[in-house]
Amino acid sequence: MLASYVGKCSKKVKNVVERGAVKKFAEAIGDLHPIYWEEEAGKNSRYQTNIAPPTFPRVFDYGVIEGLNLPAKGLIHGEQSFHYDRPLLVGEELFCYAKVESYDEKQSSMGNIGRLVITSYGEDVLGNIIFTSTATIILTEAVRKAMMV
Amino acid sequence: MTKLVALQVGDSLEEIRLRPVSRLDLIKYAGASGDYNPIHTIDEEAKKAGLPGIIAHGMWTMGNLAKLFTPYVEQGFIQDYSVRFQGMVFLGDVITLHATLTEKKDNQLRFRVSATNQNGNEVIQGEVVFSLYEKISIP
Repeated sequence: MLASYVGKCSKKVKNVVERGAVKKFAEAIGDLHPIYWEEEAGKNSRYQTNIAPPTFPRVFDYGVIEGLNLPAKGLIHGEQSFHYDRPLLVGEELFCYAKVESYDEKQSSMGNIGRLVITSYGEDVLGNIIFTSTATIILTEAVRKAMMV
Repeated sequence: MTKLVALQVGDSLEEIRLRPVSRLDLIKYAGASGDYNPIHTIDEEAKKAGLPGIIAHGMWTMGNLAKLFTPYVEQGFIQDYSVRFQGMVFLGDVITLHATLTEKKDNQLRFRVSATNQNGNEVIQGEVVFSLYEKISIP
């Protein structure tokens, strides 16, 4: 059933790399380097502005992949990766969307597990991809059964 | 400031040991990230999910691990960062962050990165490719 979503995308959503959100995020991961929040430090840096931590894209809205209703509970985050063309700049607008990359099932020590790979994209106003973020989500058999009800 | 370009394969960045994981750390991360899955903040929900107690968001640990590289933002940026979540992080756990250079090529430094708990077990493990703004010159 999940396999039928492979290749499906959400519609792009405009996100802003918000100054306050970046500071709050940096604080939450214990990484309050001035480059993330102090305006002067940003201006004097090679970026000429503040930047966001590499795992910041967790906060963006990627829209909804139609029909894909993953449960709020029971999912296991197995793997995560980010790829960047450059760091994200505070204040910039990014157009974000997500795509179901792949789905497979295999036997493991946890029983028959499903592996759903979702790639999220962030594009600048010109349509250049600035970052991609790929999550591998593990769905146990019990979670998949609950989804069918 | 250490110049990353001066590192040799096998060298490590200075480790960072985090203070014991507290509930407030996870509540803050939930708020900052928008991940309100209650197994990270509410004991009863974690127990219902079959866990002994609340666990840290994997992304909290991954976010922390990246700060090994923050002092070097003027020298380059994290181009690729990938991890596998291997073990759960519980309240009170003391996490240590590690990065070791495994390869130097063109303007890229490849590091093996991990976060270990107080028992020495890796809770996450992965790789960072740090892209330098200045080319590596091989003498």
